[in-house]
Amino acid sequence: MHEWALAEAVVSTALDAVKGKKFKEVTELRIRMGELQQIEIEIFEFALKELIQNHEILKNAEIKIEKEEAVFRCNVCGNEWKFTKDKLTDEESESIHFIPEIVHTYMRCPKCNSPDFEVIKGRGVSLESIEVR
Amino acid sequence: MDPRLNIIDERLKDIKRIIAVSGGKGGIGKSSVASCLALALSKRGYKVGLLDMDFCGPSDHVILGIKEVYPEEEKGVIPPEIYGIKFMSIIYYAGDNPSPLRGNDISNALIEILSVTLWGDLDFLIIDMPPGIGDAILDVIRLIKKTEFLVVTTPSKVALETVKKVVKMLKELNIHIMGVIENMKTGESETKKEMEKMGIPFLGEIYYDKDFENSLGNIEKLQKTEFMRDIKNIINNF
Ligand SMILES: Nc1ncnc2c1ncn2[C@@H]1O[C@H](COP(=O)(O)OP(=O)(O)O)[C@@H](O)[C@H]1O
Ligand SMILES: [Mg+2]
Ligand SMILES: [Zn+2]
Repeated sequence: MHEWALAEAVVSTALDAVKGKKFKEVTELRIRMGELQQIEIEIFEFALKELIQNHEILKNAEIKIEKEEAVFRCNVCGNEWKFTKDKLTDEESESIHFIPEIVHTYMRCPKCNSPDFEVIKGRGVSLESIEVR
Repeated sequence: MDPRLNIIDERLKDIKRIIAVSGGKGGIGKSSVASCLALALSKRGYKVGLLDMDFCGPSDHVILGIKEVYPEEEKGVIPPEIYGIKFMSIIYYAGDNPSPLRGNDISNALIEILSVTLWGDLDFLIIDMPPGIGDAILDVIRLIKKTEFLVVTTPSKVALETVKKVVKMLKELNIHIMGVIENMKTGESETKKEMEKMGIPFLGEIYYDKDFENSLGNIEKLQKTEFMRDIKNIINNF
């Protein structure tokens, strides 16, 4: 359920971004959701919709969530590959859900077996844009 | 925008004091001091949290003998409470496996932990810092505005040289330094004089305790060590 904690972070960021500016209201929050963190979209969206009700300026905002697939690049051999849960146990995948960097503990470059790779796309949650009127 | 950065202050707002146990070098007793400090403060009736920030070499669970506990999830991550200490560590997620992380990953993991952990009301949050005066210290300064640094050193000239650099950097950045603890003391040394020359309060000393290593992982034994006795004397000055 730490989807709630992340939703709170998004709301707090949105409030901060519009604070002190003269808008009537926020009409849209666009959020990018990296695949690696494996957020439960329904819970996250539900949490967001609940949380914005507490703030007049956000109340009517439309929530748009885009998924982004996770891509890795090996620092040793340059190989690029996409995230799959196939080789992970439920426990490992749950740990990555909490701290995406833990992927370095449980995943290796499929080509050279190195743990030295970068998450070049699709790590976690980010607030992409805020529409106002 | 990274939404996590915005929520960290909120997550830490009910914590009265945040103390980062630091020192630059490895093996000087940062984890021992951080763990025993948390234990001693908790035994005195304070509400205490302990965050093991040494993601590559987490140790506090070994020192305090913490195993088979996990955080609860309830609109965030609630650290389990052991001996009255709310304890957070990467071991819940990585287990005994190595976590080969580069600097940027370490920052990201720290930001993630800080933004989802619900510490609640605390008198003290003790942070056990990894060795080094780069990434980790800079991250703590950037992310946890009210951190105070508690610097650990040993009578060794080598440790003292590094500690002086840490102190210089923190002073330059205007970061609050609580003071210095000299660990593994055996006889006379220059630490107190050198630190006072730099305007850093000397909080006290912990003598080399030959029985300490054998008490690790056993909370009853740990509490009877001379190490713990020295720690208790030091917290009288907090
Ligand atoms: N005062 C002391 N007396 C005896 N052994 C100590 C003392 N302080 C630390 N140690 C030992 O030194 C080793 C390194 O301590 P640790 O706390 O892990 O250092 P750090 O976190 O700075 O790397 C441990 O084995 C610990 O038992
Ligand atoms: Mg340590
Ligand atoms: Zn590779």
